[in-house]
Amino acid sequence: MSAFVGKYADELIKTAKYIATPGKGILAADESTGTIGKRFASINVENVESNRQALRELLFTSPGAFPCLSGVILFEETLYQKTSDGKPFVDLLMENGVIPGIKVDKGVVDLAGTNGETTTQGLDSLGARCQEYYKAGARFAKWRAVLKIGVTEPSELSIQENAKGLARYAIICQENGLVPIVEPEVLTDGSHDIKKCAAVTETVLAAVYKALNDHHVLLEGTLLKPNMVTPGSDSPKVAPEVIAEYTVTALRRTVPPAVPGIVFLSGGQSEEEATLNLNAMNKLDVLKPWTLTFSFGRALQQSTLKAWAGKTENLAKAQATFLTRCKANSDATLGKYTGGASGDSAASESLYVKGYKY
Amino acid sequence: MSCFTSKFADELIANAAYIGTPGKGILAADESTGTIGKRLASINVENVESNRRALRELLFTTPGALPCLSGVILFEETLYQKSSNGTPFVDMLKSAGVLPGIKVDKGTVELAGTNGETTTQGLDGLGDRCKKYYEAGARFAKWRAVLKIGQNEPSELAIHENAYGLARYAVICQENGLVPIVEPEILVDGSHDIHKCAAVTERVLAACYKALSDHHVLLEGTLLKPNMVTPGSESAKVAPEVIAEHTVRALQRTVPAAVPAIVFLSGGQSEEEATRNLNAMNQLKTKKPWSLSFSFGRALQQSTLKTWGGKEENVKKAQEAFLVRCKANSEATLGIYKGDAKLGEGAAESLHVKDYKY
Repeated sequence: MSAFVGKYADELIKTAKYIATPGKGILAADESTGTIGKRFASINVENVESNRQALRELLFTSPGAFPCLSGVILFEETLYQKTSDGKPFVDLLMENGVIPGIKVDKGVVDLAGTNGETTTQGLDSLGARCQEYYKAGARFAKWRAVLKIGVTEPSELSIQENAKGLARYAIICQENGLVPIVEPEVLTDGSHDIKKCAAVTETVLAAVYKALNDHHVLLEGTLLKPNMVTPGSDSPKVAPEVIAEYTVTALRRTVPPAVPGIVFLSGGQSEEEATLNLNAMNKLDVLKPWTLTFSFGRALQQSTLKAWAGKTENLAKAQATFLTRCKANSDATLGKYTGGASGDSAASESLYVKGYKY
Repeated sequence: MSCFTSKFADELIANAAYIGTPGKGILAADESTGTIGKRLASINVENVESNRRALRELLFTTPGALPCLSGVILFEETLYQKSSNGTPFVDMLKSAGVLPGIKVDKGTVELAGTNGETTTQGLDGLGDRCKKYYEAGARFAKWRAVLKIGQNEPSELAIHENAYGLARYAVICQENGLVPIVEPEILVDGSHDIHKCAAVTERVLAACYKALSDHHVLLEGTLLKPNMVTPGSESAKVAPEVIAEHTVRALQRTVPAAVPAIVFLSGGQSEEEATRNLNAMNQLKTKKPWSLSFSFGRALQQSTLKTWGGKEENVKKAQEAFLVRCKANSEATLGIYKGDAKLGEGAAESLHVKDYKY
């Protein structure tokens, strides 16, 4: 094969396939300390370790949530944290059929000479770090590359750098037993229409899969985390069916069938939007050789955060809210979501932040 | 979209999908005058226009054969020929639901500085030629790129040149209403094993689809004509199931689902081998979002040619032999071939010619 088949090949294939199980998806709970600080600030909660631990415990002990999830992406700190009864989070997850994953990139830096385009860092000693994470119980990883749409963006340099960075990260993960989630996020920022987003998404994904092939990545042991294809944030919205059609067409044109699952990011979409769009994709009557599911951060946690507001007495309410979003998205992976999961206004609130820095 | 919007888009998509109809495939009858000369020489028939016309008439008027075919690739001379009752071949094919196709490349030339690697020529004036062929009734085209496996082959140069040549040809065809068959043939010559062939095939196909994306080709309006993944001609043979597994896996790793059909070339395989391998692929229980069919030249005509021997009195028997292979391959596209086709003379004979020049 042109793919590298190392000692972890069978495990990688099995793990990737499991994560892509219809009816399940990923909770992206890997906000860095800085980023979670912003979330906490919005609900007036102090950004200290105990609060970060409390939030994640709230999510991971929500009754009924686990069956909706196949994986949770964690930040390094969380990988080593425990519940209040002393059980390591990774054990709690594994015991409940939820695979722990780990964010391994070290954020973005500007590409000199470009108009604010970036590349992602984190390759140094990545192999050694992956080994440690594997020992700690992680079985998949995530690395976020970011591209933007502008008059002359994304540039060929930005596409190449980000695609190659993703490919190098991916193969290093596979050498060390972690399924790499490949995330080439094309930001929604801008006034472009959905066709422009589609064109850029297709160009970016084509480059990504060429790079993965060049680097001998075993596609059956990977997952893709792309943006949905939507109009720019400054453009009029369109119906979920339109987003579904453009998104699935873009993926059919670029993502080889060997990839077992596609786990969408939610970008700045509201909880409800993200769910409706995912649902529309799964209802689309066209051949889709990979499962289409979610890897949502904000779009799973927004209303839960608000309901919690850092107060223990709000725990049950917050957990019920979280369960509602989990079930809604689980249904969406099967094309069975009927909308209006919670009367909660927070669910319809756009989570878009211009120039969003994670 | 990243693909360009042709005024022919709907027609291209419909024709490509039609060619991939399960139960049907392509007869490659596009041997150049020089090449058909070699075939005719092998049965002691003079290479004159009337004989070339007679052979093609024999094939196209075989009772029961045309329903097994969705397309026939023609050489330019044949595109303008008629049957003995004056009906243009293209009309005969069209009224039987068979799309006429046209070979548009102008053969290979060596790449200086390589070890006998080649690139394919034919881009000059290609747009105008395609227009003319469309007017004459052609609805798809074919361009054969050739790569070989060796110590240092295929080189990055050969892969790149051939992939980008195919992409340029493909978009020019689409601008002019012809569905491009993309054919990156990796010759079977050599003593390498099946794993080597798989690795090279995956690398070449990945490069092809990157090039097609770069050139804004509409994948839904194309077809792929690849080699099957097999051991080299000097290596031990393997079972059809093994060929099927390696071939389909290579395609899963590289060919986007947007491509409606894959029509295999037969290379130097015998008629029976080619059919059995295609059949095994269609029996394989795995993800196959494109239909898997045939575009056979030698593997459809070999025993027919021998039976005909250029003699009028043998036409009926020759046509029976041709029908046997057509039906066998039609069944193979459905995975129902039982291997009991009445083997015509030479059906099991290898058609491999070392370093075959078309």
